[in-house]
Amino acid sequence: MNNVLVLPLIIPLVSAAIMLIFWRWRFIQHFFGILGPAGILISSIVLLNSVRQNGIQVDQIGSWPAPFGITLVADLFSAIMVLMTGLMGLAIAIFSLASIDPQRRLFGYYPLLNILLLGVSGAFLTGDIFNLYVWFEVMLIASFVLMALGGEQAQILGAIKYVTLNLLSSALFLAGVGLLYAAVGTLNMADLAIKLGEVEHPEYISALAMLFLVAFGIKAAMFPLFFWLPASYHTPPVPVSAIFAALLTKVGAYALIRVFTLLFTQEVFFTHTLILVLAGFTMVTGVLGAVAQFDFRRLLSFHIISQIGYLMMGLGLFTVHSLAGSVIFMVHVILAKSTLFLISGITHRLHGTFELKKLGGLYRSYPLLAFLFLIPALSLAGIPPLSGFFAKLALIQAGLAIEQYYIVATALGVSILTLFSMIKIWAEAFWKPLPAETSLLKSYLPAEAPSGAMHILVSPIIVLAAITVIVGLAAEPVFSLAFEAAEQLMNPAGYIQAVMGGNP
Amino acid sequence: MEVVLAIVIGGLYGTGLYMMMRRSIVKLIIGLVLLGHATNLLILTASGLVRASPPLIPEGEVVPVLPIADPLPQAVILTAIVIGFGVVAFTVVLIHRTYQANATDDIELIAEVEP
Repeated sequence: MNNVLVLPLIIPLVSAAIMLIFWRWRFIQHFFGILGPAGILISSIVLLNSVRQNGIQVDQIGSWPAPFGITLVADLFSAIMVLMTGLMGLAIAIFSLASIDPQRRLFGYYPLLNILLLGVSGAFLTGDIFNLYVWFEVMLIASFVLMALGGEQAQILGAIKYVTLNLLSSALFLAGVGLLYAAVGTLNMADLAIKLGEVEHPEYISALAMLFLVAFGIKAAMFPLFFWLPASYHTPPVPVSAIFAALLTKVGAYALIRVFTLLFTQEVFFTHTLILVLAGFTMVTGVLGAVAQFDFRRLLSFHIISQIGYLMMGLGLFTVHSLAGSVIFMVHVILAKSTLFLISGITHRLHGTFELKKLGGLYRSYPLLAFLFLIPALSLAGIPPLSGFFAKLALIQAGLAIEQYYIVATALGVSILTLFSMIKIWAEAFWKPLPAETSLLKSYLPAEAPSGAMHILVSPIIVLAAITVIVGLAAEPVFSLAFEAAEQLMNPAGYIQAVMGGNP
Repeated sequence: MEVVLAIVIGGLYGTGLYMMMRRSIVKLIIGLVLLGHATNLLILTASGLVRASPPLIPEGEVVPVLPIADPLPQAVILTAIVIGFGVVAFTVVLIHRTYQANATDDIELIAEVEP
């Protein structure tokens, strides 16, 4: 037994259960709302440390040996992702203290947030493909309710689109799981990796892989399956948008990377070239959508899509170097994107609108906020020495190394457009004078908000921006960690050995 | 038997997708339910149909006598049905809430209200 692996799942589950019992107690909701994500963060640091020192960690639940029981596996990539989940959960929970209204809290905002984090961590840690489906559903149910919680008209409309497309994707994923079981007779991912290597007709497996590509592609918001995302992500309250932007599409991207490095590597030329082409289109369409937008959160939503393209580019190139780039990019984009969403929340709090045309003058009235905005914005565009520069550098070097010049050119061009749209936000919201019709300092504080609400709102942003800078300045250890993670992804033998033990 | 089930599955997928294309959100939910059923039947059929031989070990033996029905796809389907039930319960509440707010279930008319 290996208890560290279970902790990131047990802690949010237990804290959600306690919060459900003490439904109306504000203090308990706040306390466990913070404690759950903090527990994930601490246990994931321990987990990452032990994976680094002792190799891939495996836990067979109930001591049933693989492939019969349920397996939890943490390689470096999973451990890094769980770490990011804990970090984001904590930052968002703290931000929520001052920005979630009592109405939403009374309808279970904090328990749902914990359940969402439970689903996300579970998806990162499971070693069984059907379990992955179950964790996806846990995450989706929580996200459905978070999306619709509050019941505003725009939210309901967004939720209908979001729910429909995600359920369609789940149905396809489940069908894929069933057909995979029919083909090789196992659901454990390590065992699948062995058996899929021995099948007689790899072209059938590639056809099956396309089903998974579509299912996960919808969840990750890849081209041409992303339309649900900009139609829904700007509708819920800001902390909810931020956690969705930080984690949910990344779970889809994680699942794609996992299955296309471990399971579907039979016909790499076909599958991974397709992924590379889709990655290019995802980048371009996402950023073009962003350039056309004048709503703070809609603009950021389109950027999520464009960033997913970069993650998929690392997978499509399919070398150790490019996957390391994807891992760094994943960390970078989770940090930068959630920070930007939280900043959009503060600007909304200050002026009561997300419309960039109605905003203005924030550089003059809130220079700290302007500075905090610049860090993730420039990082997203890839300006050194911030984290985004090194993430893009690794991907572009990887592309040049195997002479994929088209995708490299696309990635560089999209970077310029990213910078352009970030400068648009800067010029509209921060630089130009405040339009006369927007009343200055229209306060949107909930009635019972603590007096230091602004400090609570700004503090997670400061921490996340600081981490963005640190990841950039301390690029060397981050790179070596990412390369170790990519080595593990490219050589699944270690993963298989760790799960199946002496009985492969 | 497989052929019949394959036709049924295809029919369910087709009907489900058709219902999802309609403007009424009630039909959208019905479409989602049908897709779920089609997927469950697909898993059952694809992993092999074995009639009337449950995976039970006869008295005095240590392994069951082949051929037996594979219990794992059935367990998978059972889990999927339970999850599907929860999801449908949520979506029904969602459309009820939408209907209350808009007094219509036509998605086009609701979308026009969007601010």
